[in-house]
Amino acid sequence: MQRHLISAADLTRDDAVLILDTAEEMARVADRPIKKLPTLRGRTIVNLFFEDSTRTRISFEAAEKRLSADVINFTAKGSSVSKGESLKDTAQTLEAMGVDAVVIRHGASGAPYRLATSGWIDAAVINAGDGTHQHPTQALLDAFTMRRRLVGRDAGLGQDLSGRRITIVGDVLHSRVARSNVDLLHTLGAEVTLVAPPTLVPVGVETWPCEVSYDLDSTLAKSDAVMMLRVQRERMNAAFFPTEREYSRRYGLDGDRMARMPEHAIVMHPGPMVRGMEITAEVADSDRCTVVEQVANGVSIRMAVLYLLLGGNEPAVAHARTPEEK
Amino acid sequence: MSKILIRGAKVLGGEPQDVLIDGEIIAQVGAGLSDEDALVVEADGKVLLPGLVDLHTHLREPGREDSETVLTGTRAAASGGYTAVFAMANTFPVADTAGVVEQVYRLGQEHGYCDVQPIGAVTVGLEGKKLAELGAMHESAAGVTVFSDDGKCVDDAVMMRRALEYVKAFGGVVAQHAQEPRLTEGAQMNEGVVSAELGLGGWPAVAEESIIARDVLLAEHVGSRVHICHLSTAGSVEIVRWAKSRGIDVTAEVTPHHLLLTDELVRTYNPVYKVNPPLRTERDVLALREALADGTIDIVATDHAPHPHEDKDCEWGAAAMGMVGLETALSVVQETMVTTGLLDWAGVADRMSFKPAKIGRAAGHGRPVSAGEPANLTLVDTAYRGSVDPAGFASRSRNTPYEGRELPGRVTHTWLRGKATLVDGKLT
Repeated sequence: MQRHLISAADLTRDDAVLILDTAEEMARVADRPIKKLPTLRGRTIVNLFFEDSTRTRISFEAAEKRLSADVINFTAKGSSVSKGESLKDTAQTLEAMGVDAVVIRHGASGAPYRLATSGWIDAAVINAGDGTHQHPTQALLDAFTMRRRLVGRDAGLGQDLSGRRITIVGDVLHSRVARSNVDLLHTLGAEVTLVAPPTLVPVGVETWPCEVSYDLDSTLAKSDAVMMLRVQRERMNAAFFPTEREYSRRYGLDGDRMARMPEHAIVMHPGPMVRGMEITAEVADSDRCTVVEQVANGVSIRMAVLYLLLGGNEPAVAHARTPEEK
Repeated sequence: MSKILIRGAKVLGGEPQDVLIDGEIIAQVGAGLSDEDALVVEADGKVLLPGLVDLHTHLREPGREDSETVLTGTRAAASGGYTAVFAMANTFPVADTAGVVEQVYRLGQEHGYCDVQPIGAVTVGLEGKKLAELGAMHESAAGVTVFSDDGKCVDDAVMMRRALEYVKAFGGVVAQHAQEPRLTEGAQMNEGVVSAELGLGGWPAVAEESIIARDVLLAEHVGSRVHICHLSTAGSVEIVRWAKSRGIDVTAEVTPHHLLLTDELVRTYNPVYKVNPPLRTERDVLALREALADGTIDIVATDHAPHPHEDKDCEWGAAAMGMVGLETALSVVQETMVTTGLLDWAGVADRMSFKPAKIGRAAGHGRPVSAGEPANLTLVDTAYRGSVDPAGFASRSRNTPYEGRELPGRVTHTWLRGKATLVDGKLT
């Protein structure tokens, strides 16, 4: 049986809740004087990063080390890996070294799926972000953060996010975070609304299990959580919106807008934040903003995923897609 | 022995007849012909077609002989029942001078598996900036009549207008790769539901349709003829249908893979399905079949695009675009058009031989199967069904989307001017 985590869409509700519950257990490890479990002792995990992401890599590395795995960091930064062979060659080199799992970050959508299904390697594959496709552990840590804040740390155990209303704002078109969150939050019973200028919503979005709105203000009052996505400045040059200021006025979250959210509602951001663009400093620094918690929760979630994929008794995550078309 | 008697073949799918080849020409067609002095080929009710003509083949030579050469490509063509192929200009160096097109033409003649008719580039180096020497290529030994920057669109409207006007002097045609470049920056697959989910850059239908709309209007304005390469969307069909109803001299081709495959296959992220234009939706596929049946789309052309293994055995984003097609085209057409009742075998002969030869002005090809005509013929075992095994391909490349897929029909014999290039499924 294949055991990979490629897409948030591959997780069932029970899989996802098990990961969240396991992450709560893992979080307790962080409160101990010695933050380490022997669970993955003797296992070797490679962090295979074809694209820069210090935050995600460190988060995985911390999770792997807390589970006592042996960690190899492979950063294939730059243009030497512009040719496709290197993914296959690199993977096979790692396989020959007896790697048990590969955590892969890649600029090309589908690269982790290809790695997991092409027969190049036998190791478990964990997607740490591929192109504009998926970033499933990010969605899991976001859901974990929501469950803790909106349901409660202990009360949340075994629970999903049924009935919660989540608004995701910004560059949906280029966002693997948005895709992963829509899939996972829907599976967990939440109602998701995407808010963006029409230029930053993908053609074909109508089949996604969510609502789409072009108007941020009309969604704020009914949101339990508002997740701001990072907007890259180069999008402006590609005419996705006229100016940074216009974007901020229409889709940025400032103090006034935050005040229109329900009292209990939280503000989320996958980071890194562009202060003054999609989010003002006032909002980013408020105690309703969960950015720092999300980072801490990321380690717990990644511990849970690694534990369940590599060390747990029952596979919590099974790859649901068919490997090849018949 | 120069006589060959093909006995009991269903000519264009009709009643079984005997066909006698004498030398390079068809001597007689009729019932109960004498087999004296002739090598007899028992056709057993197989279908006999005029040799197929492909208006859109990439032979890769010169420059990318690791993918394909004129020799391997023409052997693949003969295996697929073709007697003439038009070789696209995007080689290295680009076929934009009389020298390059003559070289390609001559190689085809020397190898003798299939006539190779080079296509000349419209612009120097396919760069879209300066017209190539279209007249010199036409007057060369290769006698080029079809010009295309295929792989790239002639997106500059003025350049396209000039090319259309210029080729009128010698009856040429501009074959357009319709792809608005700005709308397809970063494009990886059809833009729609699947691309949204997979997070792959979208290639919207409108990028093809807007160029076709522009070009048919340009062709009308200057009174020239334009050919649309690998048309792939339902919207494009509507535009071509409108243009023809208006009397505009436009022809269009569809590839076998666009008649069969959809963008749902991209969910496998297997780059064997990566092709340009991309695989579209089921709705598009059905519209293309209808349009080929009713004549809105004139011909089937393979867009045979060989690539070495390493250019496909990688992640989707890094992979080359294209599929091989010469050896499976007729089977796919049988599956999608004949088995479905949309076309009979006479229709297949029309769309895969008569019309492509006419559009490309390929003398001696696309002729009726009757006495006095050049003996360019293809014999097809239409009752055959089997799964596709790329290991047996004559093409140097194996990037077929049909590996392991069961398809009907098998070309058993091909004759080029009376000379067998394929006998019992084996190349001579």
